[in-house]
Amino acid sequence: MTGTLRPTGALDATALLDGYRTMRTIREFEERVHEEFAKGDIPGFVHLYAGEEASATGVCTHLDDRDSIASTHRGHGHCIAKGVDVTEMMAEIYGRRTGACKGKGGSMHIADLSKGMLGANGIVGGGPPLICGTALAAKQQGTGGVGVAFFGDGASNQGSTLEAMNLASVWNLPAVFVAENNGYAEATAATWSVAADNIADRAAGFGMPGVIVDGFDFFAVHEAAGEAVQRARDGGGPTLIEVKLTRYYGHFEGDQQTYRGDEVARARAELDCLKTFRSRVTAAGQLTDEQLDAVDREVAELIDHAVAAALEAPKPTGDDLETDVYISY
Amino acid sequence: MARTISYREALNEALVQEMERDQSVIVMGEDNAGGAGAPGADDAWGGVLGVTKGLYDRFPGRVLDTPITESAFVGAAIGAATRGMRPVAELMFIDFLGVCLDQIYNQAAKFRYMFGGKAVTPVVIRTMYGAGLRAAAQHSQSLYPIFTHIPGLKVVLPSSPYEAKGLLTTAIRDNDPVIFCEHKALYDTTGEVPEEPYTIPFGEADIVREGDDLTIVAFGRMVSVAAEAADELARSGVRCEVIDPRTTSPLDEETILESVENTGRLVIVDEATPRCNLATDVSALVARQAFGSLLAPIEMVTPPHTPVPFSDVLEDLYIPDAQRVVNAVKNVMSWER
Ligand SMILES: Cc1ncc(C[n+]2csc(CCOP(=O)(O)OP(=O)(O)O)c2C)c(N)n1
Repeated sequence: MTGTLRPTGALDATALLDGYRTMRTIREFEERVHEEFAKGDIPGFVHLYAGEEASATGVCTHLDDRDSIASTHRGHGHCIAKGVDVTEMMAEIYGRRTGACKGKGGSMHIADLSKGMLGANGIVGGGPPLICGTALAAKQQGTGGVGVAFFGDGASNQGSTLEAMNLASVWNLPAVFVAENNGYAEATAATWSVAADNIADRAAGFGMPGVIVDGFDFFAVHEAAGEAVQRARDGGGPTLIEVKLTRYYGHFEGDQQTYRGDEVARARAELDCLKTFRSRVTAAGQLTDEQLDAVDREVAELIDHAVAAALEAPKPTGDDLETDVYISY
Repeated sequence: MARTISYREALNEALVQEMERDQSVIVMGEDNAGGAGAPGADDAWGGVLGVTKGLYDRFPGRVLDTPITESAFVGAAIGAATRGMRPVAELMFIDFLGVCLDQIYNQAAKFRYMFGGKAVTPVVIRTMYGAGLRAAAQHSQSLYPIFTHIPGLKVVLPSSPYEAKGLLTTAIRDNDPVIFCEHKALYDTTGEVPEEPYTIPFGEADIVREGDDLTIVAFGRMVSVAAEAADELARSGVRCEVIDPRTTSPLDEETILESVENTGRLVIVDEATPRCNLATDVSALVARQAFGSLLAPIEMVTPPHTPVPFSDVLEDLYIPDAQRVVNAVKNVMSWER
């Protein structure tokens, strides 16, 4: 496995099982969506998060319903980690009436404000400014809540992201900026598009700490995010965390990926966050393979159920077309 | 010599021919080459839907990849245009307009006027609009009326491969900022296009079908929807004149007014949402200037005034189709004065 083993921290068996279950749920969800998409059953654009599970999970483990996150067009993992109902998510991806957004949003717009999940976002750089707002609200209302903005390496170049980091620092907001650097924005390599060695280096320019973590290592993400969230809750202001990882699939389903080599096969074989997690906790005697296998089975059933429910669910009808608009004509 | 090619190929050909003709034409946008980091030019995407494919290799140094920084690179295109270049920038989806709106409406659009007529800003911003790909509310809008509203911008809506090539060539040669709106559901449609370069003047509508019972004005992708409706109506003896204005700014008011003066009836088909769109604009024009010739109220066929829904059922209901145009025409025809 990768590098030196870091401590698994003070996580007890329940917390470890929860973390594993979340990562496994994201993986299983994404692998199933990948298969179903290939069958032609899922409409529209789908951007998969598989490979990046440790990031969403390592961060969101520290959050509860007081806290908000803003996501990207690659939002399924963030939704699951923030507690959005998986069956409703699947139905949404299929465009069904029972979906998290009643079939009106689709994969790119899954949201659940009651869980503090502000939505996947079709606009690159759309999320970070919103998080300044949720963090401001938490601060004014004294809830102790924090706001977390997830964004990609591509979005790290967008003005809105940079403006949001500056504003969060100027207003000393309880915010965390999580740059998920999977190496590409669509087909464009981050090594080319990000004019800095690391996205985290930009934090200095906004007067906040910048941290780089290995995005295949749940424990590394968990530790860095824990510090950042605590700093934010304690009134210490924002942090930028750069999570280095790899997406296992193309930018969108159907992408031929001519722009990259065999790094995915290597990542899957050698770095995979689920495999690494399993070997670490079993080697440390904290969990057994049987316990983890049981989670795998439980999750597989959950996803089977979600797909079946989505396929059976009704589609919206013409009556739904003009509802939920702020103003009706 | 004309041959059958796609809308996408027609656009690509216009870019190639203009780049060959004029060294000052440059192209920029996201994923033109897949970043300078792409392993080889063969792998270059040519933008997310492949319109600029092959250009990166063919015109070294003149096809610029950009990070996801619409405000910066669209602004850079505008700046370069003030200094003798003819940039064609791709704003991937029209929905991303908001990110760089200041550069377009406060900067580019106003230079000529604000600077006393002295500025020349020959920039083309190519962008894709329209519903139909199940791409949901942030990737499916038809925001061209927003550009049309801004004085100083020329706005182009090519409806076919032939129109696409001729209008893009005109756009590149034009000395003013042009917003060139391509419908993403049209890229794979095919039609006859001459091999040699040609231009189609702005502000001159195309009469797609002739008729004297009723005028249909349709924009962009809605032109083919209107033509389909007109063909069906012709079978039941209603002769519709179908007008494709081609550009919403400038708008060929004369052709529209002449047609309505002749037919006395008007239906407007616009994919943009119905408040303050092109349909309301043309209605106002006709109500003001051809009121006396109207034999029936004007009808508009548009989507409902809602964001674009994701679900296939809802999106299909959302987009105006030929049947809705037929119904609207029948309504107008049934009006007794
Ligand atoms: C403002 C804007 N510009 C361009 C796009 C098109 N687009 C969608 S995703 C994407 C790449 C995003 O890359 P990154 O931020 O690195 O996230 P990743 O896909 O790697 O998770 C682009 C260019 C968009 N949706 N919004």
